[in-house]
Amino acid sequence: MGLPVPPFPTDSYGPDAIIMKGLDGLNWRLKDYEARGGYAALKKVLSEKIPPDQIVAELKKSALRGRGGAGFPTGLKWSFMPRQFPGAKYLVCNSDEGEPGTFKDRDLLRYNPHALIEGMIIGGYAMGTTVGYNYVHGEIWDVFERCEEALDEARAAGYLGRNILGSGFDFQLYNHHGYGAYICGEETGLLESLEGKKGMPRFKPPFPASYGLYCKPTTINNTETFAAVPWIIVNGAEAFLSLGRPNNGGTKIFSVSGDVERPGNFEVRLGTPFATLLEMAGGMRGRRRLKACIPGGSSMPVLPEDIMMKTDMDYDSIAKAGSMLGSGAVIIMDETRCMVRSLLRLSYFYFEESCGQCTPCREGTGWLYRMVDRIEHGKGRMEDLDLLTNVSDNIAGRTICALGDAAALPVKSFIKHFRDEFVHHIEHGKCLVPDYL
Amino acid sequence: MNAPMILSPDALAKIDRALAKYPADQRRSAVMAALTIAQDEKGWLSPETMDFVAQYLGIPPIAVYEVATFYTMYDVKPVGRHKIAICTNLPCALQGANVAAEHLKKALGVGFNETTPDGAFTLKEAECFGACGDAPVLLVNNKRMCCAMTPDKLDALLKELK
Repeated sequence: MGLPVPPFPTDSYGPDAIIMKGLDGLNWRLKDYEARGGYAALKKVLSEKIPPDQIVAELKKSALRGRGGAGFPTGLKWSFMPRQFPGAKYLVCNSDEGEPGTFKDRDLLRYNPHALIEGMIIGGYAMGTTVGYNYVHGEIWDVFERCEEALDEARAAGYLGRNILGSGFDFQLYNHHGYGAYICGEETGLLESLEGKKGMPRFKPPFPASYGLYCKPTTINNTETFAAVPWIIVNGAEAFLSLGRPNNGGTKIFSVSGDVERPGNFEVRLGTPFATLLEMAGGMRGRRRLKACIPGGSSMPVLPEDIMMKTDMDYDSIAKAGSMLGSGAVIIMDETRCMVRSLLRLSYFYFEESCGQCTPCREGTGWLYRMVDRIEHGKGRMEDLDLLTNVSDNIAGRTICALGDAAALPVKSFIKHFRDEFVHHIEHGKCLVPDYL
Repeated sequence: MNAPMILSPDALAKIDRALAKYPADQRRSAVMAALTIAQDEKGWLSPETMDFVAQYLGIPPIAVYEVATFYTMYDVKPVGRHKIAICTNLPCALQGANVAAEHLKKALGVGFNETTPDGAFTLKEAECFGACGDAPVLLVNNKRMCCAMTPDKLDALLKELK
């Protein structure tokens, strides 16, 4: 039970790992990172005076896509920053990892924090920003403290601050600690939170690249996205791209949780078959049969076993299968799990975490939760099934941020793929399967 | 102004360090850190404590209240000496979180959002910590994460805290 405790074998994240390669849980310090070849990318950028445009072009070529959930091409995002804009511009890392099923950034931050720091410094150089913030999830205080220590190390070594490595380039980086709000994982909610406000997402446009933190141009990327940048600079965009598939470059850390023998983080090439990933997690717990899998975090549509077993783990393949890669959180449910009860817990989550700003989400998430709750407890009506879909459709796409969609997608997909279980609950007032979630 | 010093010099020094992370005209950005530091010292955030934080940062009290009530880890009502928050979200539930939660309720004799009569423990149901691989996972007083909490480990934790 639980993730590997340090020191663990250096190949724990899988044979193809590049970001998490060689980690044993204890070797997180600057000297260890340098011994693994760390900060070579930054030195290369600064000593060869690589033009910022070239770095952005290289990222575009690498097909690195956002690792936080949306999968937006990183190079393209970086190209939106108005480099010539005079005055302050900001770089922000979204380490507010709270999407149920996702726990990769926690490992990255505590076991390899300098990979993020180096990636952010290079990002600052490429986009002409001189200040960055790393927004760390509220519930992982010990990880936040480690990030603070890692920043101190980087400052002392001259990787942060004024005139970095004698190049004339200035960049300063700070950690900001959240305190418990899922919505701050949404990038503009995060910006509001950084400004010391409630994390209520902003209407877009304007997008953060023109109007972000403190009303200044801002780029926000996920932790894992930044951490992939140094490897790309050192090894080249083509090498990164060839690790994955066209339009799906590189490796991806998948967090596998639920009914598997060894829940954990595994960094694999994009395009790896789902069956291989399942095997890395030790296979199904108790040799039970797979029933369902949410392949990209709780906000993404659930897929049944037959579809999942044929799917490869990359953005385009999972989309083709009817779900999304999202944050790379793979939640596994075995044949004994009640789908109504599983959905009930997720629906409660979105009801609880809706910030209340938009009416469809504020009212709709509660409505969805109450309907699933009465179906689970034997008081459902057959017309509830269509009503659930109808309410979901009236939330999705009608709110400022994607939390509304995130609440709607699980409902629709659970009913689509496991309708018979919902019907059984309504007709018989009980589960089709043993009830012990 | 001669408002009483609600927080210790040590806490104020910590708040000053947090303030230094943000532009000089953006003191409001430090409100989350300031409330965290204040709560650590006081156990919970009373209106007096929040007013003091507002005054110290130079922002309206309402700006502090709305942050303190928006983020779930701030306590604007008194809690027990040890606040135990356990995640019961789906990935954790699939890995035994509900068993752990029931064990805690039984051992402490309280339900979620309740405090033991001796004021030692408050039990809370929490949402995703981003540590699902370590389920069942709980937080003691927001900052100490306890992983893979089997019934035996839960008993040992409660014994240690008592």
